[in-house]
Amino acid sequence: MIALAGVAKRWPGGGEAGAASAGLSAVDLRVGAGEFVCLCGPSGCGKTTLLNLIAGLEFPTEGEVLVGGQRVRGPGPDRTVMFQESALFPWLSVAANVAFPLEVAGVGGGERAARVERYLRMVHLWGFRDRQPHTLSGGMRQRVALARALVAEPQILLMDEPFAALDAQTRDVLHAELERVWLETKKTVIFVTHNVREAARLGDRVVIMGTRPGRIKRVLDSKLARPRAINHRDVTEVASAIEDELKIEIEKVIRDEGDSAWSPSGRPVSAGADGGLGDGI
Amino acid sequence: MRALAGALRSGLLLRAVGKSFARLAVGYSLSLALGVALGVGLARARWVKDTLGPVVLGLQAIPSVCWLPLALLWFGLGEAAIQMVIVLGSLLSIALATESAVNTIPPLMVRAARTMGARGATLWLRVILPAAFPGIVSGARLGWTFAWRSLLAGELLFLSGGLGQVLEMGRELHDMALVIGVMVVIVALGLASERLLFARLEARVRQQWGLDRA
Ligand SMILES: Nc1ncnc2c1ncn2[C@@H]1O[C@H](COP(=O)(O)OP(=O)(O)OP(=O)(O)O)[C@@H](O)[C@H]1O
Ligand SMILES: [Mg+2]
Repeated sequence: MIALAGVAKRWPGGGEAGAASAGLSAVDLRVGAGEFVCLCGPSGCGKTTLLNLIAGLEFPTEGEVLVGGQRVRGPGPDRTVMFQESALFPWLSVAANVAFPLEVAGVGGGERAARVERYLRMVHLWGFRDRQPHTLSGGMRQRVALARALVAEPQILLMDEPFAALDAQTRDVLHAELERVWLETKKTVIFVTHNVREAARLGDRVVIMGTRPGRIKRVLDSKLARPRAINHRDVTEVASAIEDELKIEIEKVIRDEGDSAWSPSGRPVSAGADGGLGDGI
Repeated sequence: MRALAGALRSGLLLRAVGKSFARLAVGYSLSLALGVALGVGLARARWVKDTLGPVVLGLQAIPSVCWLPLALLWFGLGEAAIQMVIVLGSLLSIALATESAVNTIPPLMVRAARTMGARGATLWLRVILPAAFPGIVSGARLGWTFAWRSLLAGELLFLSGGLGQVLEMGRELHDMALVIGVMVVIVALGLASERLLFARLEARVRQQWGLDRA
């Protein structure tokens, strides 16, 4: 379904002296149809870049990105992206925002109205359909964005830390919602997150990335029974396996960034007991 | 006051106001259309920016009255000359405001729109221009005040039938009261049109776009 072969991404100049701002290098990744893959890695390792390459918002310097056997030449109706910020259009009502992808795709009339209603009900915001986005809370806006991402029923869902700004409860609800939609529709999902528990909760596979240059370091399987619960013991176990891998990378980043006072035995990366394990890495 | 009342009674003032506003409506609409188009061009196409950018900035330094002699040379003493002064007086500020509004819309919004399949004209009409709309309205408001000033400067010049001519007439008659009276009318109309029309429109747009909470 999605295949990256020998992908590298560099930007002309701009980088620190010497290191020509290497975004990604030698990335090979295959994601099968209907798979749920999570992407974890330290800040700046190129997760967003990887997603943008698949979305067709950017293009690789080397290698190729294939979706469904075709080279990606730009954004397409088979893929949508959900960003960390909702990126809703402030001049449109909630319903009009969700209708937008359908309108662009030329889906009209009753079909459009029915789908907008279905997906707004799914995220429990049908009652807010006439509101302007800025009158909603951040969590509600993100739910509208989820409805908007799903409404055109793309085969591939690319999600860039979509729930990072939400509280644990709302996130929990949306995890369950996303899992349900995925189980029902068998979409292919690539989900970027800093939260190792979230990765273990959602993914079939967890891709762990390293930095300088951005590359894939390890891929862990996380084929637990579904539906899952974030506090389940198996999820926790996978989460700590991911965390162990990540810690090594993150220690490397901090050392590289020249914090000489830092010692590896010092502060733990994070150990929130509230389901936010690994948050804010 | 009495002079003003007299002018009012004779219908002169009312006719003059009507004439001025009709003229302004034509010139301003033209200026708005051209200004927004020019602003979009400046923001969108490198070659437009490279060729016209410095010209626009340079021309903006010219007070609109200074266009009068040129306008008269080109169009002669007439309607077209006044329209040219109105357009040139307000077009550039509208164009520059539009350019900066388009350039400062959040890039994420455009990316999101592109991933939803919006391209070309759809992207511009449905996303970029609406996103830039609050900035364009501010530019239009500024352009309106410039257009109003340019209009009066232009009307002073000849038998234009507008407010400017009444002012000039007052001078010829040495009627200080009429001159001051008309000036008061000009201030009142200028302020009222700006406050009632544009300030309200701007406030509404900012509110709908959710810009007031920031
Ligand atoms: N347009 C650009 N020009 C130059 N360098 C860029 C550009 N975009 C990204 N980069 C660089 O590429 C690297 C990867 O960036 P990217 O945004 O993909 O990281 P990320 O893994 O998503 O990080 P985060 O977790 O903080 O979101 C960074 O070092 C960044 O500085
Ligand atoms: Mg990122």
